[in-house]
Amino acid sequence: MKMKGSAKASAKVAVDFLFEIGCEEIPAGMLPGAVRELKVILEKYLAAHKLTDGAAIEVYGAPRRLAVSCVSLRIKQPDEIKEVTGPPKSVAYDAEGKPTRAAESFAQKMNVPVAKLAITATSKGDYLSARQVILGRPAGAILEEVLPRAVAEIPWPRSMYWTSANGLHFIRPVRWVVALLGGKPLKFQLGDAAAGNWSSGHRFLGKSKIPLSGAKDYVQKLRTNFVLVRPEDRKQKIEGELRRLAGSKGLRIHEDVHLVDLVTYLNEYPSGIMGSFDPSFLELPEEILITVMRDHQKYFALERKDGTLAPNFLAVINLDKDKAGHIRAGHERVLRARFSDARFFWETDQKCRLADYLPKLGAVTYQEKLGSYGEKVERIRELARWLSEQWFASGISKASVAAADRAAELCKCDLVTEMVREFTELQGVVGGLYAKSQEEPEEVAWAVYDHYKPAGIEDSIPRNIAGQAVALADKFDSLVGCFAVGLVPSGSSDPFALRRAAMGIVKILVETGLPVSLPLTIARAARSLANGSRKIAVSLQTEKQVLDFLLDRVRFVLKERGNLAYDEINAALAAGTDDLVDALRRMEAVRGIRKTKNFEPLAVSFKRIRKIIEKAGPEAGWRLSAVRSDLFQEKAERELHAQASATMKEVEQHKRSGRYREALQEIAKLRPAVDNFFDGVMVMAEDEQIRKNRLTLLAGLLSGFSTIADFSEIVTVEPGK
Amino acid sequence: MEVGAGTMHPETFLRVLGPDPYRVVYVQPSRRPADGRYGENPNRLFKHHQLQVILKPSPADIQNLYLDSLEAIGLDLAAHDVRFEEDNWESPTLGAWGMGWQVLLDGLEITQFTYFQQSGGVDLDPVPAELTYGLDRICAYLQRVDSVYDVRWSDDRSYGQVRLLEEQQFSAYNFEYADPVITRKLFELHEKEAGQLLDASEKQSAAGKQRVPLLAAYDHCLKCSHLFNLLDSRGVISTTERAQLIGRIRQIACRVAVDFLAQQSEARSASAVAEAAR
Repeated sequence: MKMKGSAKASAKVAVDFLFEIGCEEIPAGMLPGAVRELKVILEKYLAAHKLTDGAAIEVYGAPRRLAVSCVSLRIKQPDEIKEVTGPPKSVAYDAEGKPTRAAESFAQKMNVPVAKLAITATSKGDYLSARQVILGRPAGAILEEVLPRAVAEIPWPRSMYWTSANGLHFIRPVRWVVALLGGKPLKFQLGDAAAGNWSSGHRFLGKSKIPLSGAKDYVQKLRTNFVLVRPEDRKQKIEGELRRLAGSKGLRIHEDVHLVDLVTYLNEYPSGIMGSFDPSFLELPEEILITVMRDHQKYFALERKDGTLAPNFLAVINLDKDKAGHIRAGHERVLRARFSDARFFWETDQKCRLADYLPKLGAVTYQEKLGSYGEKVERIRELARWLSEQWFASGISKASVAAADRAAELCKCDLVTEMVREFTELQGVVGGLYAKSQEEPEEVAWAVYDHYKPAGIEDSIPRNIAGQAVALADKFDSLVGCFAVGLVPSGSSDPFALRRAAMGIVKILVETGLPVSLPLTIARAARSLANGSRKIAVSLQTEKQVLDFLLDRVRFVLKERGNLAYDEINAALAAGTDDLVDALRRMEAVRGIRKTKNFEPLAVSFKRIRKIIEKAGPEAGWRLSAVRSDLFQEKAERELHAQASATMKEVEQHKRSGRYREALQEIAKLRPAVDNFFDGVMVMAEDEQIRKNRLTLLAGLLSGFSTIADFSEIVTVEPGK
Repeated sequence: MEVGAGTMHPETFLRVLGPDPYRVVYVQPSRRPADGRYGENPNRLFKHHQLQVILKPSPADIQNLYLDSLEAIGLDLAAHDVRFEEDNWESPTLGAWGMGWQVLLDGLEITQFTYFQQSGGVDLDPVPAELTYGLDRICAYLQRVDSVYDVRWSDDRSYGQVRLLEEQQFSAYNFEYADPVITRKLFELHEKEAGQLLDASEKQSAAGKQRVPLLAAYDHCLKCSHLFNLLDSRGVISTTERAQLIGRIRQIACRVAVDFLAQQSEARSASAVAEAAR
């Protein structure tokens, strides 16, 4: 009996919770974010109101619904015991220890007998106190307040209203709300929809009214009404069916994870179907076919075993099956029309040569103050030529320099073609394809094709050196130009994709090892802007700003590559940023000796030196060579000076021949001498001459040995001695 | 009157303003000079036909009403893939925008479905729903023809027999023959006439505004919009000028909207006074 009683009691303290916002179709791209946000927001509220009892909350999202469930929530908040202090003990009791009026009125206010009052010791002395129990509120009442607020907090790029201008704003109209606590509906409204227990199934396959009872069978009940509320269930169904369909024809899917994610959030009950198209369209370049299928129709392209495209596609529909074959036929017809358009553009565009589009670029604005694409192309050409001509030492051929120049000239021509006007995402690619079919040299065609690359940190860089030159020139011009006219990216606003441009520059340089000086190239880009028809002046301050922006991307790219630590990157950059490839080699040298025993302790000492110098106020001329040995008082300073001077010669030699690691190893050997110095020498000696001599020694050490990496940038684990 | 979309018709643009409920449906031939393809492309038309529906305020079951309309013209919804995919509509020339979807039928866009939020720069309350059916496409689909020119226009005529000539001639006009200088002049004349009407309205008291023919001012605004599209398809406007011209048209549209609202509210209070006197 007792067991049963306690089980019953525990059943009362926890209840299950289900909340579903029934909505008209939510944009697929926004659903994953909304699901995540809803979880965060609700967890915040449930925790703040102490309603969670450890059970996780689960969130669901499909085009017509956002939902949250929890198998166990507290049915009411726990009671809280609060101690309220009253008058001081000295006032509350008289000399005989009897309660005074002050004590009585406090007791009355607290609604307890005087005898129940306690004494609490505080820093100010003993005070009268009373314990008050604050009763927890029922979860239902709290949720009725909190849920409408939580819904209003879900962030959307842009929201709308539908009941009235001052009514609820949401991504699309809310049409039903399910809110059940322990199976009972909560009472509140979202817009003009009242909460209840009625949900709605799949628009065409399910019942339009489904009574729900709670969290436990939510997923199952919706499933029987052809809604897979868990995104992962839909994704699994899509992937399984697409693979099976492709396999049935011996084909494989042209992989596209983004498209899988998109169709996962576009359908409540996704199914795959296969369609085909006239093989004569395969004469069009596959880039164009794939773009039409993917970006415009959300179809998956299919490949044969040899990697060539097959005249088939896969579509994901929001039904259980294509029962009459109408859907396949419909999609095939739409695709045929789209491909016919593309063929029409392909043929129209090629009635003249790519270069013939050049004059038209004068009428296409790149940016109001920076002028047209015609003007930009002039600047890209200058910069690409200047860059590529420096690379003869790195083995670039005269033919490649010429190819870079031609590619720079042609790179933006496709912007005025019909094809790119229709399929803007194919800019560059279309130019490259036209160049190739018009028998431009292959190197030129690929350079045009690739010059927007890399499109992201994961994307590859241009495949040939001409493409690398054009890509760098284009990106440097964009960066310096935009910064010069005040278009500096801030927060999420980066309309000219300058972060991507800077990242691209860094990625190309890091992966190719091409010798490109960041400050000199910035300055050269600035010169082209100043000499161009717009005479855009670029201040030195702007050039510095661009360099800093680029260095920020250097840190980002190198960190993403994963083999270097942040402080190793900073240490090398602090020692010089002019040549990125050189900086990279210095970083790797730091990485190489990072774990040797002397390195980190020496870094700690260098940090200490830096602090001392900064505090003393560094002076010009504090070099190792300016140290006066006649002012030495201690053996330790004499030895440090001698050893440092000898090391300096070795280091210089190693450095000249690029043996950075060996150089750093030499420097690391200074550790015992430095330690001895700090153990035995007081830097801030009373005698000014002696003090300055010691500061000169330390400053000389710091500046002399920080030309490969600035040791003081290294973050050390333990605060060494 | 040439318009680029059913939305531009005064029955939509002006009637969505203000508090009065309104429902209207009409077929709108819409002209978009840059979309002409000389009748050579089976899907692109200089002039296409929209079935324009306005429901103000939007009923709560509007999506179902819309789907019922598809069934009414013979579509079995369980045998087709009908979906609502995000597509927010915006017309910078009219200062109008809304949120909604393009409705896809087996991958083919057949309707633009929009909850209007603003028209003529004015926040809309109540919120109207706009359904714009692409009639040419829907007909081609229902009749299972690949080219819009093969659609049966009537028992004895195809779409091509009725409309092909128009497509050819207007494509030639829009891309080749339209005189940019004259077109610009026409734009300016219409802009001037609209401006004069709006200036006249501005000088009037609330009661005096009633007599100003704002509908005529709006017609001239629509003329400007079409002439702008024509200049655009002739490829004679630069990006900067483009933005400026759009701004000039929007200014007229917004002024018309504001004064039209004032006229309506004056008319409402006048009739309330008359009601009370009776």
